[in-house]
Amino acid sequence: MAEKTIAGKSIAVTDEGYLTNTSQWSKEIAMEMAKEDGIDLGPKHFEILEYLRKEVAAGESLSIRKVGKSGIADVKELYQLFPGGPLKLSSKYAGIPKPTSCV
Amino acid sequence: MKKLLILGAGTAGTMMANKLHKALDKEEWEITIVDQFKTHYYQPGFLFIPFNIYTKQDVIKPKSNFFPAGIKVIYNSIHKIVGDENKVLLQGGQVLQYDYLIIATGAQTRPDETPGLKDKLWYKSIFDFYTIEGAVALQDYFKHFEGGKLVMCIAELPYKCPVAPIEFVCLAEAFFTKKGIRDKVDITYVTPMSGAFTKPVASKMLGDLLAEKNIKVVADFYLERVDNDKKTIVAYDEREIEFDVLTVVPTNMGDEMILRSGLGDDLNFVHTNKHTLQSEKYKNIFVLGDAANLPTSKAGSVAHFASEILFENLMSAIEGRPLMAKFDGHANCYIETGYGKGALIDFNYATEPLPGTFPLPGIGPFGLLKNTKINHYGKILFRWIYWHILLKGKEMPIEADMTMAGKKRI
Ligand SMILES: Cc1cc2nc3c(=O)[nH]c(=O)nc-3n(C[C@H](O)[C@H](O)[C@H](O)COP(=O)(O)OP(=O)(O)OC[C@H]3O[C@@H](n4cnc5c(N)ncnc54)[C@H](O)[C@@H]3O)c2cc1C
Repeated sequence: MAEKTIAGKSIAVTDEGYLTNTSQWSKEIAMEMAKEDGIDLGPKHFEILEYLRKEVAAGESLSIRKVGKSGIADVKELYQLFPGGPLKLSSKYAGIPKPTSCV
Repeated sequence: MKKLLILGAGTAGTMMANKLHKALDKEEWEITIVDQFKTHYYQPGFLFIPFNIYTKQDVIKPKSNFFPAGIKVIYNSIHKIVGDENKVLLQGGQVLQYDYLIIATGAQTRPDETPGLKDKLWYKSIFDFYTIEGAVALQDYFKHFEGGKLVMCIAELPYKCPVAPIEFVCLAEAFFTKKGIRDKVDITYVTPMSGAFTKPVASKMLGDLLAEKNIKVVADFYLERVDNDKKTIVAYDEREIEFDVLTVVPTNMGDEMILRSGLGDDLNFVHTNKHTLQSEKYKNIFVLGDAANLPTSKAGSVAHFASEILFENLMSAIEGRPLMAKFDGHANCYIETGYGKGALIDFNYATEPLPGTFPLPGIGPFGLLKNTKINHYGKILFRWIYWHILLKGKEMPIEADMTMAGKKRI
């Protein structure tokens, strides 16, 4: 657990940089976190982030398959929007916990 | 007569039929179990068929051997559950009413979910070993295999028995060494997870084991399609891996019947309360085994531990008491690692696999997250236990709740 200053605010994050208190989230924070990874968030990105926040608030568990069927972007586009690991990255920028893929 | 209906007579359904037959008053309750097939498959045994360790005969028995006398057995395909009306429709129009329903229809492989997987190379140089057909086809293929690139790819999470593909590459490594062609076989393990396994401690142990055996690991690879002409697997991020022979765990899904019944998630796994094992939608429906969307392994051992919780809660529900028993996600898996050795992991929703001894603290005889000969015998013994104790719903000398005794936090 650590405190990090993002977009001028002190935010509680995990060792891997995920927000521990999702209510501290703001668009500015998302933008700055993504910028650190070299990603510029646009409207499409934010549609995904809003979708993820809504699903998590409703207690739903997330998978790439599910987000790919959200109607916002398919899996291929998700990989283009968030290169490397769409669900891991988008969850981080959305201020929600790191997705636990179950075993 | 009150009616208890069980859908699916695999590991979970059979186990439950035996437990409930013993407990419920026979004057008062009629127990019915439905399955589309007459043969019971010991699925953990499929893993050993490609390497001639088991034959097909070792892993099949008639389902009827395992049903208690006095329950009603129907061999037919289940079409749909109508939860609002407490009834189940079978193929051909037969209708079954129930007071309580247990869904145990398991998980199936769905190669059709990945473009190019079930295409012209299917069962020629692409195989699964999650079905009897795939395991036997691969056994034939390996008879004439002289070397090349063997790629083991997991298509998607979750899939049943998460350690099976790791066991597969370990057994393949030993098999080709014994055949004297190990230097001609290049083995690669490709997974959508970030390492050999999801949980950190086990992932490190299993990752080290694969490295020791000179098996390459490609992580974070999410399979998009198979190119049959180029003989490559292609990820959504455009990475490509060449193969001569591809063994694959296709996408695992619950039965289509769950979709038709409106009870499942996007992979047709039933929305289930992870502690009480009751359906999220109907109070008189319970879910056991791979069919449930629980955040733990899809494994026979999990179904076994969960069956004790489900049994208690079902009895409470029948008697109008609150559901007090809470499942903790307990899983216990033997990992066959080749050369007569094995590893063992024991974990639940909250605790990742840790090193130590099992089931007796400090004594064992089994070593957790250790590669030992005795763990291998645990796995071999498991087949006997499966047919003779597990399916019959008899007590096992292991608690349903996971225990920290014997485990070391690191
Ligand atoms: C290769 C492999 C290795 C494994 N190794 C291990 C291991 O080492 N240890 C371990 O604990 N577990 C292991 N497992 C997992 C274990 O086999 C499963 O978790 C277990 O069998 C699940 O039981 P189940 O009753 O939920 O499903 P199943 O046993 O699959 O039973 C489901 C039943 O429902 C029936 N059914 C489904 N839909 C319908 C329908 N519409 N109409 C009629 N009938 C229907 C099916 O015919 C089937 O008989 C392994 C699995 C595989 C594939």
